[in-house]
Amino acid sequence: MDKFTHLTATACPLPIENLNTDQILPARFLKWPRSQGLGRALLRDLRFSEDDREIADFPLNRPEWRAARILVGARNFGCGSSREAAVYALYDYGIRCVIAPSFGDIFAGNAVQNGLLAAVVSEDDAQAIAEALARTPSLPLTVDLERQTILCGNQVYDFAIDKVRRLRLLNGWDDLDLTRSYADTIAAFKARDRAARPWAQPVAQLPSSKE
Amino acid sequence: MPVAGSRSKTLFDKLWTAHEIVRREDGDCLLWVDRHYVHEGSFHAFNRLAERDAPVAEPGLTIGVADHYVPTRGSRRTIANPEIARMVRQLVDNTARHGIRLFGLDDPRQGIVHVVGPEQGLTLPGLLIVCGDSHTSTHGALGAFAFGIGASEVAHVLTTQTIWQRKPKRMRIAVEGTSGPGITAKDIALSIIARIGADGATGHAIEFAGTAIRALSIEGRLTLCNMSIEAGARCGMVAPDATTFAYLKGRPFAPQGAEFDRAVEDWAALVSDADAAFDTEVRIEAADIAPIVTWGTSPEDALPIDARVPDPAQEPDAARARYLREALDYMGIAPGKQLTDIAVDRVFIGSCTNSRIEDLRAAAAVLAGRVSKVPGLVSPGSSLVKRQAEEEGLDRIFRDAGLEWVESGCSMCVGINGDLIAPGERCASTTNRNFRGRQGPGARTHLMSPAMVAAAAVSGHLADVRPLIAGRKV
Repeated sequence: MDKFTHLTATACPLPIENLNTDQILPARFLKWPRSQGLGRALLRDLRFSEDDREIADFPLNRPEWRAARILVGARNFGCGSSREAAVYALYDYGIRCVIAPSFGDIFAGNAVQNGLLAAVVSEDDAQAIAEALARTPSLPLTVDLERQTILCGNQVYDFAIDKVRRLRLLNGWDDLDLTRSYADTIAAFKARDRAARPWAQPVAQLPSSKE
Repeated sequence: MPVAGSRSKTLFDKLWTAHEIVRREDGDCLLWVDRHYVHEGSFHAFNRLAERDAPVAEPGLTIGVADHYVPTRGSRRTIANPEIARMVRQLVDNTARHGIRLFGLDDPRQGIVHVVGPEQGLTLPGLLIVCGDSHTSTHGALGAFAFGIGASEVAHVLTTQTIWQRKPKRMRIAVEGTSGPGITAKDIALSIIARIGADGATGHAIEFAGTAIRALSIEGRLTLCNMSIEAGARCGMVAPDATTFAYLKGRPFAPQGAEFDRAVEDWAALVSDADAAFDTEVRIEAADIAPIVTWGTSPEDALPIDARVPDPAQEPDAARARYLREALDYMGIAPGKQLTDIAVDRVFIGSCTNSRIEDLRAAAAVLAGRVSKVPGLVSPGSSLVKRQAEEEGLDRIFRDAGLEWVESGCSMCVGINGDLIAPGERCASTTNRNFRGRQGPGARTHLMSPAMVAAAAVSGHLADVRPLIAGRKV
């Protein structure tokens, strides 16, 4: 996983409440393998009309924000479906950080697995940042994960992130390596648990049997 | 380390503790997974295993179900659409390679994963259940700790049978009293979401409690817990009780005989202690709940059927007014319009939310002897539900009403199998998400209970089911 420490980049405001993962990556693109790159499918039905023409006034289509690497969203960003491919689409497009007042729980988990920072700010701060960007579209934001700050012009905003997720992003840790270091503990738990909860085993074990 | 008995615990605390393998100083916990359901969409995770040539740690605790992409019409043995055939074949190949049981298209028990799990007795009280699908919260209805995960986590669970989690906060939603006739679990769920918001339970594990919840059947509880994710919750659950045990007894994969009795002894302890503390408490009076429908593009945009849709011009908050305007614009509804004046183009009865036998009976009770004014699709939650409904003659009622009776799958809830609503069309739907384009690009979705969908079908517009069931056996 890529590390995230700090980032200075163009930021695009996307003040849409409940921007769910069905919007971020419409279901018809879920068949695409990751190797194909999902950036083209990002926010497809908001960025493009039914006849596949770019919708000129959608923020991410505006020339000044096309190359944005940061999104400034609204309440409940990434709610809905658990599709991790929504994060792939953001990442493949070039987005490395989403700033919003709240995130869908599963989305926030998926983000950290892929090196994408989901930074939580207050409603007021999200609005202030979006307004500053609307006034000065070229204004870059500097996101510092170490200090948990966002520099926007001469204003500094704090953001929140779960402390474990912060460390994972900063270090680029892989969950599997961490889990493997507990192999013996897991084996001991499993043995203990089988004795304590015999009913937790499904009755029929053989995949081929028809019970 | 708290001494046992020194502190009162919620149901969720008990489930969490029972699965905790490691608790790190930073608060991250490694939890044991009892059941891992996989479906066609889990291919990203299987690909990652293949890259590393890694085995599945516990194939016996992993269960495959073909549901997301399966056709509901035409041949299911030879799938006409090559892309969809490939998606189903990938699941067959991946489960076969790793020795994972699959409820595939040739299995009479196939269906939607969140219907099949409980139906087969694979979902049990006290289990930790994950699946790469957000509606995994459904399984909490039986007293399980169940939640949706992303592809990276699916790969992690396949490889280790464990998952890293931070303990969420605890929320109790108590629904007290008796609900009126025609009020279902779906109406309760949408009322809750309308009240607390689509992010009202973010970061929380919900326990649904209260006399109205106790009175719900397992089917109703499954609907309610299914919708927890639409309030943003990590999971939703109902403490197991006599209704739960009666439902599970004799299910194929549940413990049998003396082992079942032993299990019930353990399961009976899975309740919140009388004085257990919750981080958030919500109380709702069941008598206040009316049949409810959504009008906008989030499940929180829900109102009682006798209401009017909002008028942005009356909304003092500018951001809120813009949200209302955009939602109404997408939905093609004039501001302030009476909900019952909104004409529908089609109906859909199905999905992991509302496709179980009780749902089909409720819709059929309204449709019996009537004709739908619009076309529609009825897709049972599992092939076994389909068979039972046919034995009860429900399929005839749906067909006689002019609706299509099709095979089981996720179908028109997510639309990836080709069951889509045309751009601009309006659908009264028993599903869980009225997001823009959820049922197809440009599709307009109104969420409601199966009985309310049936009422919309026979009326041709959104309608109150209550006058339509007066004097009928429901």
